[in-house]
Amino acid sequence: MPTLLLLFDLVLLATLIVLALAAVLSPEPRRAVMLFIAFGLWLALVWARLRAPDIALAEAAIGAGMGGALMLAAARRAAHRDEAAGRDGDKRA
Amino acid sequence: MKRDLALLLGILLALLAALLLWALHATLALEPGPRLAELASARLEQTGVSNPVTAVLLNYRAYDTLLELAVLLAALLGIWSLGPAPAGYQRSGPALAALVDWIVPLAILAGGYMLWVGGHAPGGAFQAGALLGAAGVILRLSGEPSAGLPGEPAQRWLVVLGAGVFALVGGGLLASGFGFLTYPPGQAKWLILLIESAATVAIGVTLTAAYVGGRPGSGTAHNGTGQSRTVQR
Amino acid sequence: MSAQFLYGGAGILLFALGLWSLLVHEALLRKLIAINIAGGGVFHVFIAIAYRGDTAPPDPVPHALVLTGIVVAVSATALVLALHRRLEQAEEPAADAEVLSESASASSAAPPPRTPAERTPGTPHPETPHG
Repeated sequence: MPTLLLLFDLVLLATLIVLALAAVLSPEPRRAVMLFIAFGLWLALVWARLRAPDIALAEAAIGAGMGGALMLAAARRAAHRDEAAGRDGDKRA
Repeated sequence: MKRDLALLLGILLALLAALLLWALHATLALEPGPRLAELASARLEQTGVSNPVTAVLLNYRAYDTLLELAVLLAALLGIWSLGPAPAGYQRSGPALAALVDWIVPLAILAGGYMLWVGGHAPGGAFQAGALLGAAGVILRLSGEPSAGLPGEPAQRWLVVLGAGVFALVGGGLLASGFGFLTYPPGQAKWLILLIESAATVAIGVTLTAAYVGGRPGSGTAHNGTGQSRTVQR
Repeated sequence: MSAQFLYGGAGILLFALGLWSLLVHEALLRKLIAINIAGGGVFHVFIAIAYRGDTAPPDPVPHALVLTGIVVAVSATALVLALHRRLEQAEEPAADAEVLSESASASSAAPPPRTPAERTPGTPHPETPHG
C-alpha cells in the first residue's frame, strides 16, 4: 500500500513539474498563460492531497483564476500588438 | 552566446537547488522541536471559530491579515494612479449573456456560503472574495465595462471597507480595555464574522477593480458598439 | 517524513525552474509567469513542511501564511500588468510619430489602424484567438 501511495505522489509531482516546464518554455504568450493556469490548478490538486484544502481553494480561485484572467488579457493585448506590427511591416515593405 | 549564458545559469541554479535540497533534508532529519501547531490547536476553542486556518488568520495572527488587506489596497491604488481604465469588451451574444445571468448570481451565492462555512470548514473571506471577483471578471468579459461595480465614490468606500472595519474593530477593542485585536471571550465569533464579511466585500471589489485595470469614472465611457474612445492624456 | 521531503523537494525544483526562466527570458509576460511559478514553489515548500502525515492534523500556521502570500502575489501581478500597459501606451506615440515621418503626407488623412486590443472592435469572445 505505501508503495502505491508513493507511486501516486510521484505521478502527481512529475505532472506538476512537467506543466511548469511547459509553461516556462512556451514562447507563445497565450499558450504559456494557458499552461500556467493548468499548472496553478494542478498545484491546487497537490495541496488538497497534502491536507490543505483551504489553500487549495484559494490557489484555484485566486492564483490560477484571477492571475490567469489578468495574464490572459495581457497575452491577448500582446498578440494583437504583434499582429498589428506585422500588418504595418507588410504595408511598409 | 545567449544560449551559453542560459546554460551557465541553469547549472548555477541546479547547484542552488541541490544545496536547498540538502538543507531541507538536514532540517527534516532533525528532531522536530515544539511546533506552533500544538499551541494553535490547544486554544482553538477560545478563538470563536473551529477552522484552524481561519483561527490563525483572524485571531492569532490578525495583524498579518490586516496588513495584507492594506497591501491589497495599496496595489489597487497603484493601478488607479496609472490612468483611466481601458474600454470594455464588446457585448456578448444572447447565449453567453444568458449563461452569465446564471453564473454571476450563483458565484455571489457561493461566495456567501464560502464566507459562512469558513468558520468551521475550508473556506473563508479570501476564497469568498475571490468568488465575488470572479463574478466581476465574468461580467466585464461579457461586455459590462464597469464589471458590475458601482460608481467611483461608492467604489472607493467599498475598497477601504475591509481594512477600515478591521482597524475600527481593533481600535474599538483597544479603547474598551482589551488589546488591539484581542477579542473578548464570547464575542470573538461575531467580531470575526463582521471583519470577514467586510473583508470579503473589499477583496471582491478590489480584485474586480484590479482586473478592470484603471481609475473608475473619468472617461471609461463605452459607446455600445464596441468601438471606444481614445485614451485621454 | 519521506513524503515531506518528496513534496518539499518538488517545491525547491519549481523555485529553481522559475528563477532560471526569470533570468533567461526577456518578454515581460514570460518573466511574470516565471516569478509566479517560483512563488508557487516556495508556497509548495511551506505546505510540504506543514504536512505531518495522514494521521496528525497539518500545521495551520504555514497554511495561513501561504493564503496571505497567494493574495499578495496576485495583487502584485495585477500591478505589474497595469504598469506594463502604461509603458506600452507611453511607447506608442513614438511608434506613431515614426510611421508619420516615414510616409509624411499620405498617412495624415487616414489614421492607421493602430493597435491595442481594447481599441479594435471587439472579438465575439474576448479570449478567442482571431487571425
